[in-house]
Amino acid sequence: MEITPTRRTFYSAVIAGLGGIMTAALAAPAAAYLLIRPKSQKQSDFVPAADLSTLTVGKPEEVVFRRTRVDGWRVLNEKSTAWVLRKDEQTVVAYTPQCTHLGCAYHWDEKENNFLCPCHTSTFSIDGKVLTGPAPRPLDRYVTRIEQGKILIGTEIQKS
Amino acid sequence: MKTLRSVIDWLEDRTGIESAIKHFLYEDVPASAGWHQVLGSVALFAFLTQVFTGMLLAGNYAPTPGEAYNSLRFIVTELTAGQLIRGLHHWGASLMIVIVVLHMTQVFLWGAYKKPREATWMVGTVLLLLTLAYGLTGYLLPWDNRAYWGTVVTTQIASLPPGAGPYVLRLLGSDGGSIGAITFARFYSAHVLLLPPLTFLLIAIHVFLVRRHGVAPVPEDAALPKKKFYPEQVFKDTVATFIWFAVLVTMAIVVRVPLGHVADPTDTSYIPRPEWYFLFLFQMLKAFQGPLEIVGAVIIPTLALLALLLAPFIDRGKAARIRERTGAIAIVVLAAVGWSALTARAIATTPPSTESPDAGLALIEPWQEIPADQLAAIGAFRKDNCGNCHTLGKSATGPDLAKAASQKPVDWLMTHFKQPAPNVATQLKNPELRGLAAFVTKRNDQGVKAWSEAPQAAVDGAMIYQANQCGACHKLNGVGMQTGPVLNGVADHRTREWLEGHFADPQKYSPGSTMPAYKLNSHDLDRLTSYLTAIPK
Repeated sequence: MEITPTRRTFYSAVIAGLGGIMTAALAAPAAAYLLIRPKSQKQSDFVPAADLSTLTVGKPEEVVFRRTRVDGWRVLNEKSTAWVLRKDEQTVVAYTPQCTHLGCAYHWDEKENNFLCPCHTSTFSIDGKVLTGPAPRPLDRYVTRIEQGKILIGTEIQKS
Repeated sequence: MKTLRSVIDWLEDRTGIESAIKHFLYEDVPASAGWHQVLGSVALFAFLTQVFTGMLLAGNYAPTPGEAYNSLRFIVTELTAGQLIRGLHHWGASLMIVIVVLHMTQVFLWGAYKKPREATWMVGTVLLLLTLAYGLTGYLLPWDNRAYWGTVVTTQIASLPPGAGPYVLRLLGSDGGSIGAITFARFYSAHVLLLPPLTFLLIAIHVFLVRRHGVAPVPEDAALPKKKFYPEQVFKDTVATFIWFAVLVTMAIVVRVPLGHVADPTDTSYIPRPEWYFLFLFQMLKAFQGPLEIVGAVIIPTLALLALLLAPFIDRGKAARIRERTGAIAIVVLAAVGWSALTARAIATTPPSTESPDAGLALIEPWQEIPADQLAAIGAFRKDNCGNCHTLGKSATGPDLAKAASQKPVDWLMTHFKQPAPNVATQLKNPELRGLAAFVTKRNDQGVKAWSEAPQAAVDGAMIYQANQCGACHKLNGVGMQTGPVLNGVADHRTREWLEGHFADPQKYSPGSTMPAYKLNSHDLDRLTSYLTAIPK
């Protein structure tokens, strides 16, 4: 039993059309679900990290502080660190603790007077600028604020 | 086009894929094939959609008790299209049962399981069981009260077979009958690791057998030329699949998917009930009590399944037109009537749920979670117009109390409250002032949010709660005594009318209660009741 060519075209078009609609109706929400960020991401907030008076001008210190972070459906209160440099009486910079190359933890090298990343020997000046090694950009910084003698560290990270 | 052709030719030469697809599409089907045979394809696509939405859900889901609930709540409240995808998976499961049963009914009515198609039918029966197993194991995964208590009943039924019972329980990770982390892991691994490959395998065998024996013809087909599967039958299958899909998407958008409170094994008020397609079993069990329970729970379902599995060997008559298959029609009608009657009876005799089906989806605001004394202190702050000088969120005439807690001693605050400025005096009483002093010195982030956001009606309710010292006997949001019942989640098991009547005459509503009567005016009664019913569990 043969069917006419026009009928055949109609069948094929409907099969492709309805199939396409169903595929799109599943793919679009799936993409949104996987790619769009959760609705209520915690906005930036500042947490007190250290007293300004405990830092010496011109000497970076590794400061450990606690902050609340939203991780998926969990709210974590966890330890966090930053290399904080008191530049003068009233200004500080807080470098994020990862090397800008591949994310290793770096430290302040007292003798050489620079920051040294042990992974691929990138070094950074006290201002965060790359001195040697493969690091592609200066050290990233947390936004900071000073209030009533306390250093507050925010969640936002500034890259240069 | 020419390049496309050469790519296809290359592929065909190396893999034979083009001729394989053509072989599949240009399969002969009998002249009578048509709309009544679309259900198998719909079931296949329904299954593939479940796999797809299931994988998406698993991508944001933590399969452990407790975390499971939190992550599911995250999926439906925080993620774009999360509610929709869960809706597709949830209603997809229900529709899957409908389609699979309709597919079986069609095959049964037409007698399409007769020789040589017995094996196709038997594999199909096992696929029906797998579909039900997905339903049973998936039911636990939201880890809300509905999931937990429903599974308690399931595992208890599974423990009934004499001798085997304790081992079945142990296999389900429910040694001794308790539902916990191991039960959860067993159910989850069955749902996502064991059942899907088994289903794929059996579907492959099922489809292979359908192809091997061809679509079952009717007696008239012998005289008619055969048709090709593509495009006419594929068109009909596609249209039917599309109708199923449209129904599914509509349900996923329009009908809410339940998510109750997180599973609470100590909740004695929750009435468990199974998913709608198991209600008839649940109802049938009620007819068999005591030593007979095993008859309803194990023996009858096993015999029914055996009869279903062996149907091709029981019905050995020659192939006949559907109009002549009166016996089969009678069995289907009887089964449908029996199922409907049992299901209707189950729905009619189960008391309404003590918990709103989407209790877990309500967004809880800070004011619903802070103790009543704090919310009442916010009320005192507002009532005394403290905000005229203390603007929340910025420094004005007075300091911004939202930014930092007051460091002043309580005595200073009490004096300040009584006369905040020259020629200004408070209207508040001492207990209210003490509450306010405690609040401004000790408030936390939630308190600060509630301070600016709490609706006035709720604040009024909290002030009435404090003024009547309800906390002397009741605990609410973690504060108060426990002489009387904890009031969190009271709306889950008491109506508004009950609560209002109960305030005026407690003994009438709960005989033997030691609670004194409270003669509140209708405004206060309304505010207090609204406040209490808004506090979540």
